[in-house]
Amino acid sequence: MNVPARPLIPNVLAALMGCFAFATAQADEVQVAVAANFTAPIQAIASDFEKDTGHKLIAAYGATGQFYTQIKNGAPFEVFLAADDATPEKLEKEGDIVPGSRFTYAIGTLALWSATDGYIDGTDKVLVGNQYKHLSIANPKAAPYGLAATQVLAKLGLTDKVKDKIVEGQNITQAYQFVSTGNAELGFVALSQIYKDGKVSEGSAWIVPETMHDPIRQDAVILKKGEHNPAAKALAEYLKGPKATAIIQSYGYHL
Amino acid sequence: MTSQINLRLQHSYSGFALDLDLQLPGKGVTALYGHSGSGKTTCLRCIAGLERASQAYVQINNEVWQDSQRGHFVPVHQRALGYIFQEASLFPHLSVRANLEFGLKRIARQQRRVDLAHATELLGISHLLERAPHNLSGGERQRVGIARALLTSPGLLLMDEPLAALDSQRKGEILPYLERLHAELDIPVLYVSHSQDEVARLADHIVLLSEGKVLASGTIGETLARLDLPLARGDDAGVVIEGKVCDYNLNYQLLTLQLPGSTQRLRVAHASMAIGQRLRVKVQARDISLSLTPAEHSSILNSLRVTVVSETAADNQAHVLIRLDADGTALLARITRYSRDQLGLCVGQTLWAQIKAVAVLA
Amino acid sequence: MPLTSADFAAIWLTLQLASLTTVILLIVGTPIALWLAHTRSRLRGPIGAIVALPLVLPPTVIGFYLLLAMGPHGYVGQFTQYLGLGTLTFSFAGLVIGSVIYSMPFVVQPLQNAFTAIGPRPLEVAATLRANPWDTFFTVVLPLARPGFITAAILGFAHTVGEFGVVLMIGGNIPEKTRVVSVQIYDHVEALEYAQAHWLAGAMVVFSFLVLLALYSSRKAQTSWS
Repeated sequence: MNVPARPLIPNVLAALMGCFAFATAQADEVQVAVAANFTAPIQAIASDFEKDTGHKLIAAYGATGQFYTQIKNGAPFEVFLAADDATPEKLEKEGDIVPGSRFTYAIGTLALWSATDGYIDGTDKVLVGNQYKHLSIANPKAAPYGLAATQVLAKLGLTDKVKDKIVEGQNITQAYQFVSTGNAELGFVALSQIYKDGKVSEGSAWIVPETMHDPIRQDAVILKKGEHNPAAKALAEYLKGPKATAIIQSYGYHL
Repeated sequence: MTSQINLRLQHSYSGFALDLDLQLPGKGVTALYGHSGSGKTTCLRCIAGLERASQAYVQINNEVWQDSQRGHFVPVHQRALGYIFQEASLFPHLSVRANLEFGLKRIARQQRRVDLAHATELLGISHLLERAPHNLSGGERQRVGIARALLTSPGLLLMDEPLAALDSQRKGEILPYLERLHAELDIPVLYVSHSQDEVARLADHIVLLSEGKVLASGTIGETLARLDLPLARGDDAGVVIEGKVCDYNLNYQLLTLQLPGSTQRLRVAHASMAIGQRLRVKVQARDISLSLTPAEHSSILNSLRVTVVSETAADNQAHVLIRLDADGTALLARITRYSRDQLGLCVGQTLWAQIKAVAVLA
Repeated sequence: MPLTSADFAAIWLTLQLASLTTVILLIVGTPIALWLAHTRSRLRGPIGAIVALPLVLPPTVIGFYLLLAMGPHGYVGQFTQYLGLGTLTFSFAGLVIGSVIYSMPFVVQPLQNAFTAIGPRPLEVAATLRANPWDTFFTVVLPLARPGFITAAILGFAHTVGEFGVVLMIGGNIPEKTRVVSVQIYDHVEALEYAQAHWLAGAMVVFSFLVLLALYSSRKAQTSWS
């Protein structure tokens, strides 16, 4: 039997692989490390992103410092949405990002929040009044919102007065949890955690003026692992686009 | 008022039911005898309070230890008993001395009737006091266990097959100590065993148990001779006689024993013993032959004058079992039906029992 | 020495927490272990399972439910507030309670095994030798169960030293009150203070190794004795 079997098999394989490539060219996945405070906005953006581009966004949430360590040790993240600008800058200096891919995707707003309605009257009165037992902030060494909170307290001259009342959450999410479960009467959280459709969704809050602390610039970068992933590039572009910025602003961020 | 042990026990456990009503003498050794699974250990444990029988009345001399009708139950540690388990169960973290002193320490000084020196001498363990339990042989451990129980000066000693876990050599070592205990202390003993030999050597009273029920309860002399019990049917069926030494012939090394309540005597080849000492012997049914006349011109040493009490068929169709009485001592004889008919045997008849062999229990 | 006073404070706090937790667990765990070893009740299975739960539940789950329970809206929190004690979250006492729950199976199970291994016979013997139940416990059970107590104490202590998830949830990271070594290491890593993280973590590894070495060496001695 003189059937040319040998060229047949590689041809079939090539055709199959071509189909694969075609399919993946249509829809990629992108692994994103997302700062905890941006959890709610990114989830809203992700569904629109998938609808508009066909790409799927797979997000991990956590503390910026923790993500830095993991990225330095080879974690498979392709895009990093940090809670500060210092960490992405560090990665840039250390050559771990796609050059020129760093940009500010949001400017965070700090809020003093209580789970109890009417506890905070929209000003810093209750904070200064110092009548509470526990004030929750995120760990200032690891979370920029925590650092901003300490700056606000310093500006109000409260640092020594409230020193024994401060409880630290490991990240902004935990700082929020302490307040939401009532264990801390009030705490400094990211406005995005309590803000939806233009207002505070529950409890009572004081939206901290930007002037009281260093701006919380939140930078995004495309990491080396995502260099050749078209979905990574697409996400970076999408975040700068009108749909995403509208969502981001609705959660209380500035741009 | 005679001292007495009153027992009424009803207890169901793992597919078994114990149901007994007993009055036992408040002194001497009472054997609870039966096959494995007859309920004897459970009975002992219920008496001790280690298991709580559902319906029970337990009275030892004047103390009521349990009365289920009144909801009365004296906890084990408040009962004046000593318990010897089948495996000595010495405390591994204590020396022999500390084990012995464990119970002794816990009874008030004025209640101590047995002291350390006495107990260790009785059981021959004085040289073992500083050893650790795991450095003792099985026999030594059991002797320590017995001494330990004695040192609580108990009003009742309960022994649960104390020799069952030992090989025959060790058993042989300990039995003399138990016999000595029996002779020297007047603490009543309840002795559970499935060994005919131990029962024969130690018991004054025997309770025969089968499947949780009492088949018989009586003195050892009387019960072993009962024709209606399975005891009489065994191949080595026979009676135990406790006689008093009344003579010793050095030349022929023959001991003469006087039967209780009688002038009749038994002679047996044995080492010398002091006059007045007691000795137990066993006479098997198959070793007795009957004659209408006293023995003459025969090598048979012993010939007792007896009266025929009753008769029953043996398991073997060719034989019959005859119960005889020698001035109050019961004897069992197994003879052929042919011989019975030849002798014209009948109840009340006077005969001569020729005893071919007397086994000394020691 | 790259360890700061904050680090030493964390170590000292951790040792205090582990010691107090171990002592409490030995006292509370002994009757529980005795009951589990000797009871014939039908509740034995369920209670044993509850005691063993912290073995399988993620510590953050335990911590999260403690956060809710101890808070002002939870049963425990309402009770402590009623007693005028405020809430237990963010307090050393709260950590002790969390640690007791988290390390309980590590103390109860070795004890239970030791008591079961003794069996009923020594207890029966002691009773026939006029020892009442308390007496029997101190003169027979305790000495025979000593290896189990040592194991339980060591495991309880070491496990509490390593506790992280529960403390994280209810501690609030307060220096000298709830900032234990494990959280301190985590903080150093977060803040990119790697040298300090190495020192503290290294110290913990050495400590844990020594503890386990002691435990396993003493086990060998035990088996040769029996």
